[in-house]
Amino acid sequence: MPSLDDLKKRIKSVKSTQKITKAMKMVAAAKLRKAQENAEKGRPYSQKMQNIILNLTKSIKDPTNAPKLLVGTGKDEDYLCVVLTADRGLCGGFNSNICKLAKSRFKKILSEGKKLKIITVGTKGLDQIKRDYGKHIIKKFSFKDKKQISFTEAELIGNEIINLFNLKEFDKCILFYNNFKNVITQIPQSQQIIPAESETSDLKREDNLSYEFEPDEDEILEDLLPKNISTQVFRAFLENAASEQGSRMTAMDNATRNAGDLVDKLTINYNRSRQASITKELIEIISGAESL
Amino acid sequence: MSEEFSVEIISPENLIIKTNTREVIIPSYEGEMGILKDHIHLITFLRPGIIKIVSDKNRNFFVEEGTVEFSNNNLLILTSTVREVSDLNNSMLESLLSEAERRINSDEISDKEKYLLSYKISTLKNISQ
Repeated sequence: MPSLDDLKKRIKSVKSTQKITKAMKMVAAAKLRKAQENAEKGRPYSQKMQNIILNLTKSIKDPTNAPKLLVGTGKDEDYLCVVLTADRGLCGGFNSNICKLAKSRFKKILSEGKKLKIITVGTKGLDQIKRDYGKHIIKKFSFKDKKQISFTEAELIGNEIINLFNLKEFDKCILFYNNFKNVITQIPQSQQIIPAESETSDLKREDNLSYEFEPDEDEILEDLLPKNISTQVFRAFLENAASEQGSRMTAMDNATRNAGDLVDKLTINYNRSRQASITKELIEIISGAESL
Repeated sequence: MSEEFSVEIISPENLIIKTNTREVIIPSYEGEMGILKDHIHLITFLRPGIIKIVSDKNRNFFVEEGTVEFSNNNLLILTSTVREVSDLNNSMLESLLSEAERRINSDEISDKEKYLLSYKISTLKNISQ
């Protein structure tokens, strides 16, 4: 049985922990609103870009001559996996969910006898992946000192990916990130960006417009596809940022509640043991008086 | 009103402008291009220059690159580098200009980049005058 003093100390420390988690929750909530706004603002750009690319690809007559970024190298040997995680912890299962998904994919790729290359973005993912797949990591990014991730950072990673692709370092590129559905649900997702997967075809327009291209399709595609890679990375960034804050908010909310429960329990314990000691003293006094 | 069509400029971070206008002049890769209502469906991309939105109140935007789609009387401009000309001040212009001049004088750049940079420099010089 801990002494009254010990209990008092514990209650105090749990309470101050609760204060911290509560503050973190508030901060996350405020940041979430902004991140969510950004994610929503960023959506039209990537959607419209997809749309244009779709319109362009429809008018390509000769698919064998199409840019490699769009159709891939035709091989299926080397994989490049880009894992986007947060730089900070204390956000529930956010980072480990992405890593879990990525790791299961890594396993599959390696078991098929294919080569694997990894780029990590964010320190938390690096720490988790390093242990099992450290020798596959070819590049690591961290934007810890950046307050707000802008398109420039996404472009940096996009250019790196394109560079590696042009050097024929990989055949397929997969992006791992958390898709922000709502505050409570974030879905870890893998998205293949090179070659572009045709799952976007549900965006298809009914009317088959004939476009005028200036200069010609190939040149536009050559300009547009690298940009699209950066755009996809940026979209993943935004989704990830919103997911991180959402996840942190829920995690901190839970932590605050748990701390409250713990304080209640400890307080009851404290009161009981105080009462017990009073009763004990009373019994001592009474039995002392009776023996006289 | 029937002479108007809608124009949208979207950057990855934000919707910059969405409005109706009579005419837009864009610095297309192969030259300046004026777009009026009922233009043919078009996809092209931009070189550095000024997008002019012509209406009662003209608005000018400085862009370095971008993609343009015109369909069904809707002009869509996707660009990651867009600034309204009136927001640019002299020191910003100067830093952009010196950066561009430094780049164009280095040897590592391709002809295409040189072409784009020369337009950037001339546009920036025009603005600052």
